[in-house]
Amino acid sequence: MSTIVTLPDQQTASLPKRSYLNEEYGLKSWLLTGDHKRIAILYLISITFFFFIGGAMAGLIRLELLTPPTDLMAADTYNKLFTMHGIIMVFLFLVPSVPATIGNFLIPIMVGAKDLAFPKINLLSWYLYVVGGILVLAALTLGGVDTGWTFTTPLSTHYLNTHVITAGLAIFVAGFSSIFTGLNFIVTVHRMRAPGMTWFRLPLFVWSHYAASILMVLGTPVLAITLVLVILERVMGIGVFDPAKGGDPLLFQHLFWFYSHPAVYIMILPGMGVISEVISTFSRKRVFGYTAVAFSSVAIAVFGFFVWAHHMFIMGVSNYSALVFSLLTMLVAVPSAIKIFNWAATLYKGSITFETPMLYAFGFMGLFTIGGLTGVFLGSMGMDIHLTETYFIVAHFHFVMVGGMLMAFLAGIHFWWPKMTGRMYPEGLSKLAALTTFIGFNLTFFPQFILGYLGMPRRYAAYPPEFQVLNVLSTAGATVLGVGYLLPMLYLVWSLKYGKIAGANPWQATGLEWQIQSPPLTENFVETPVVDYEAYDYEWLANKTKHEVQTVG
Amino acid sequence: MHYFISPVLWQFLVNWLTHFALFPPEASAIAPYADALYFFLILISLVGMVIVMALVGGFSILYRKDRNPEATQIEGSTLLEATWTIIPLALFMVCFVWGALLYFRIYNPPANAMNIYIVGKQWMWKAEHPGGQHEINSLHVPMGRPVQLTMISQDVFHSYSIPAFRVKREVIPGRYTTVWFTATQPGTYHLFCTQYCGTLHSQMIGEVVVMKPDDYEAWTQGSTSGMSLAQNGERLFASMGCNACHSGNAGARGPNLAEAYATRVQLTNGSYAMVDDAFLRDSILNPTMHTTAGYAPIMPTYQGQISEEGLIDLVEYIKQLKSNSRVQQTLNTSQVQSQAQSPASSQVQQTAPATPGMVKP
Repeated sequence: MSTIVTLPDQQTASLPKRSYLNEEYGLKSWLLTGDHKRIAILYLISITFFFFIGGAMAGLIRLELLTPPTDLMAADTYNKLFTMHGIIMVFLFLVPSVPATIGNFLIPIMVGAKDLAFPKINLLSWYLYVVGGILVLAALTLGGVDTGWTFTTPLSTHYLNTHVITAGLAIFVAGFSSIFTGLNFIVTVHRMRAPGMTWFRLPLFVWSHYAASILMVLGTPVLAITLVLVILERVMGIGVFDPAKGGDPLLFQHLFWFYSHPAVYIMILPGMGVISEVISTFSRKRVFGYTAVAFSSVAIAVFGFFVWAHHMFIMGVSNYSALVFSLLTMLVAVPSAIKIFNWAATLYKGSITFETPMLYAFGFMGLFTIGGLTGVFLGSMGMDIHLTETYFIVAHFHFVMVGGMLMAFLAGIHFWWPKMTGRMYPEGLSKLAALTTFIGFNLTFFPQFILGYLGMPRRYAAYPPEFQVLNVLSTAGATVLGVGYLLPMLYLVWSLKYGKIAGANPWQATGLEWQIQSPPLTENFVETPVVDYEAYDYEWLANKTKHEVQTVG
Repeated sequence: MHYFISPVLWQFLVNWLTHFALFPPEASAIAPYADALYFFLILISLVGMVIVMALVGGFSILYRKDRNPEATQIEGSTLLEATWTIIPLALFMVCFVWGALLYFRIYNPPANAMNIYIVGKQWMWKAEHPGGQHEINSLHVPMGRPVQLTMISQDVFHSYSIPAFRVKREVIPGRYTTVWFTATQPGTYHLFCTQYCGTLHSQMIGEVVVMKPDDYEAWTQGSTSGMSLAQNGERLFASMGCNACHSGNAGARGPNLAEAYATRVQLTNGSYAMVDDAFLRDSILNPTMHTTAGYAPIMPTYQGQISEEGLIDLVEYIKQLKSNSRVQQTLNTSQVQSQAQSPASSQVQQTAPATPGMVKP
């Protein structure tokens, strides 16, 4: 009934003799590989490295904020820490997190292709990422940057002596890495789908990556040129952003947020794709309202380009333009709500099991809902006046980025770990990690909403004493959260050697990636698959399994 | 409990845990409106959270594998999709309209507001009262009177935030921004810079002191520098030689400035502009930006020659200039003075009045 190669299930599983992992050996075979799966692994290692550097900085920031005065470190050091934390986490972790690792690994397999459209550009994009990363590390070791990750002019152009140019170049280069990844995904999804794989048979993971790729390709160049202007202004004093030369510092804000707001969706959309896959698999039910979820991704990508000025409500933009941007911000909240409700409805009449990826997905739904709803607080103009630039903002975007995106990333890593490595992660320990992360996260960031309404400004190394109790709670939570992130790091490495052998389809999931061996062959498919069923068709899977049993037994 | 731990530690804990804030004071007329919207938003969020949690939690219990071993495949439902599109959209629209009303209320000052100028710099807040009171990192305001702040930065972006008033506005180099409030509760409140502005950003703080009208009068009397902003401006006007062209005489090379404030003037390009603080500031620093119709674009730029405080003094002076008599008086005085001091320089001044740049084509 299908040309897909199937292998025995988990009980009788053994590791395949040939796979992308043992096709070739040696460092060179990895560093010069064109295989999207190996590049995904390279990315996974590099982003994990930067995640723990950025995480250590977050730890130091929380430690400084344990007491009201600046006592652990100098104000300058604190400023450099939150700047580097932001730059590393946004540009070197969140933007590439799901797309460049899980997406890179799975997009070709999910559409039924042997590789991405441009394997060499894919490798180039990893190298660009590494160059960007090295430049960031250079800026860090040479003495750091203290502009804030937003590079606000004229502070960044005229008033600081730190390594702004190095950091700007780093983001410029890393930006091209993300442009190339986006380009590769778009071309692959358009041109390399297997026979029968129509647009509406694509898994929602592919839809959300497609939407995010459009944002990457159209948005990132604007950031690149903005940073070039900042660098030119520093080096040559061209004065585009300098009011003394007739420039406009607000122009920088417009240009920066024109990328950096869509960037939020670059980060979150792929995570939403992961959640669609996980919720469907563990409730053994097709995603409720497939087209609504698919088009809501596209809607987010389109509307996402027209809301940037909501970062500037208090910055002296005209009241009427603020009105338009507030309205559009409310509109962009709707597709996210649609997604949440569709995922919840997917559970209805399902047959639900609670493996670790599902727990992370539930964590995502809860935390992302809070993150999204507090976004409505901020999109509401009059409320934004009081809340913006305070800890409310910090809490809001950490709920979306850490509570949402990082939960989705961990859900995805656990979900596809058996596919990537051929081995299972330890279930009990990973459930504990998911729970620890959830508790630690809430303890860290929920008090910050209250701090924000009290008016505690962000990026403060010192604060009035009456804010201490909430800050202590937050720091305590960060400790728990740290444990929650270290655990997976440890047991996932452990599982590479000692994990149970997974077999081709340990979750009995429907995606094309689960119909091939784990870990996959370098060429993914022995024969080009022919797709004659829709995404999340569990009846097709049941029939297929029955058919196999009949032929075998 | 306190029998088991050290009394000192106990006291510390009690102090620490009872003296922490959970909600900011409501000290301005706008604060209750902002808080009302805040509570509405919290209510919506709670309802949203409860619905999502009930759905996820409820279905997880009802349809767990033990209870429901076989899933029922459901494609979707257009009716449900429409429901959870339209209801959130409607709620978000309420948030939008409410938020917009609040925003316009906070950023549109009433006509009778008293004006105080704020200049931000790394890392301090300077407040300039029209009566000549100067403050650093503090702001004294009377209770019950609308106060408008006209703010500008002399270096980087700052942001003037008074959480107890629920107002905040970015303070930007090169342009005036305004915010207003009516304080309702006497007391001392936090003033924060909320836009990251470099090393000592977290030290760019101060206090806003709200005083009863009588106390405020006493404070105003006691802390004046002796010269109002307009008086400073008049001096500056004369010393920069502005009066040479803006003398108000028929045939003067510059427009008449008496009662020019808050009027509409026609520009050389035919359009009209409102003479406000920003217009005056731009005209001093970048005169060719808007040249008044009927006058040649001969005014030189004063970029880099006058501080932000000086500009505020000039603006305040021009605002209050009702007639040109004093302009001409100072004009005469300065000519008499310079003639008395050095006849040579007066010749120069007669051929090339005020600043040398002015005769350049």
